Amino acid sequence: MTAPQEENFMRKIQAEEKIEPKDWMPEAYRKNLIRQISQHAHSEVIGMQPEGNWITRAPSLRRKVVLLSKVQDEAGHGLYLYSACETLGISRSEMIEQLQSGVAKYSSIFNYPTLTWADVGAIGWLVDGAAIVNQVSLQRTSYGPYSRGMIRICKEESFHQRQGYEAILELAKGSPGQKEMAQDALNRFYWPALMMFGPHDSESAHSQKSMEWKIKRETNDDLRQKFVDQTVKQIEVLGLEHPDKAIKWNEERGHYDSSDLNWDEFWSVINGNGHCNRQRIEHHVAAHEEGEWVRDAITAYNDKKRAKKAQNAA
Amino acid sequence: MSDQIKNAIQEYATRLGDDSVVLGHRISEWVSYGPFLEEDIAYGNVSLDYVGRARLFYSYAAELADDGRDEDDFAYMRNDREYRNLLLLEMPKGDFAYSQVRQLFADVYYTLVLPELLQSKDETLAGVAAKAIKETKYHLRRSRDWVLRLGDGTEESHKRTQKAVDQLWGYTHELFDMDETEQLLVNEGIAVDVSKLRDAWLKMVSDILTQATITVPEDSWAVRGGRTGYHTEHLGHMLTEMQIVHRSHPGCKW
Repeated sequence: MTAPQEENFMRKIQAEEKIEPKDWMPEAYRKNLIRQISQHAHSEVIGMQPEGNWITRAPSLRRKVVLLSKVQDEAGHGLYLYSACETLGISRSEMIEQLQSGVAKYSSIFNYPTLTWADVGAIGWLVDGAAIVNQVSLQRTSYGPYSRGMIRICKEESFHQRQGYEAILELAKGSPGQKEMAQDALNRFYWPALMMFGPHDSESAHSQKSMEWKIKRETNDDLRQKFVDQTVKQIEVLGLEHPDKAIKWNEERGHYDSSDLNWDEFWSVINGNGHCNRQRIEHHVAAHEEGEWVRDAITAYNDKKRAKKAQNAA
Repeated sequence: MSDQIKNAIQEYATRLGDDSVVLGHRISEWVSYGPFLEEDIAYGNVSLDYVGRARLFYSYAAELADDGRDEDDFAYMRNDREYRNLLLLEMPKGDFAYSQVRQLFADVYYTLVLPELLQSKDETLAGVAAKAIKETKYHLRRSRDWVLRLGDGTEESHKRTQKAVDQLWGYTHELFDMDETEQLLVNEGIAVDVSKLRDAWLKMVSDILTQATITVPEDSWAVRGGRTGYHTEHLGHMLTEMQIVHRSHPGCKW
């Protein structure tokens, strides 16, 4: 019985038609999307922490405003993505529970600590930069609500990326102390930013099916290469040293060759053992638990109002 | 304009800037700690409005000072004894009820102050007021709704809200104090005579608290000193955190 439905689904995918919430879809497609979109939403939300860490210490009022807006945008992205994911039949509270219990993941990059003000710039430049490379590609993803969410998010992310780069540029052209801070941030965030594209294609558990269903449109390694290529020139403009001593233009490939990543570190952080994994989840759980009495108060208040209304109507 | 008036306006703009940056900072401490994501966004919005106001007030103070300082020198290079903000605004964020009650007190205050400031003969101050009035309308809607819901929510939320009101009440009296500087500017049609606003404030706040089933405290205690730099112990810690990076790299641009 499912054969014609599945055929129709695959026909749409191949014709680049979007799949919409009410359309039939294979259960595995739905699951795969829930995994990816909720992971993306959680990344936005957990990502508020390392940058939020610097809101109270931003070194100028202008930077404070820019950073506040940025963190606020991330909360907004989290909201759209949770909503997009809810169209697949999972509630936000279920997703939050999965995040807090470790069933759902978020981007590992946020398990690295932000130690100096320059890290805020490096996150905007490198982390949002890497996210955009991935998200531009996801604007063409096959699931309608996700694709539309990505189009909107990309606009704001590219603004963040420019702001981050500009903040680093100011440091790189500043005092020796500021320049040192910028170099240090680049050294620490460059490699984890490359890891954001995920494992090599050959090691990626979800890649093949995701490509077939056009949830993903380009492979991890291709996207990573794009990012490596675009970053070389940016580092030059800053006058900073490239953290990868092996970086070299390859005429034949038309790309930069670079060192392989530290995959032990990659898997260790994914598996929960990075610098900040525990801290990030504890922070989220603590805020959520501390907010419980507030959420209960809203429910109680609304119940009282409703009861009063019913009483008046009777 | 006489030097005396000019200096008074500079002082007045600095005070209003201090109020804005201190409250904006306290609100910003909530980002990523809210009870749900929508509240993180709302807190971010309100904080942005206040830090935005601070920039306008400080820029104006800097322009009048005309001694090479800019908005950041006012925010980052002055010590707690030099800050002139109202004490209410520097109190630590506390729990969600505490922050919302403080916000209600401040929002009602600005709802009354800003339309008066809009009438100021000083065009810059009136201009900031025009922008801020719109923001405050939204802020008040939010803090009022929250106090109603928390006050008349569960037993726990009621208890926390009542406690916050009791703890903050003593800091609200100085909102309506005047000194020579402000009186001078009131006489010139430049500053707001806040001493005339207390009754209206009390009426609005009492109405909301009563509707929220919260008891309005007796005026049994009052703490003062913000406008003379006699602060609570909290401000020093707040400024230490806020100013650390800026001061660690003297003379740098960001």
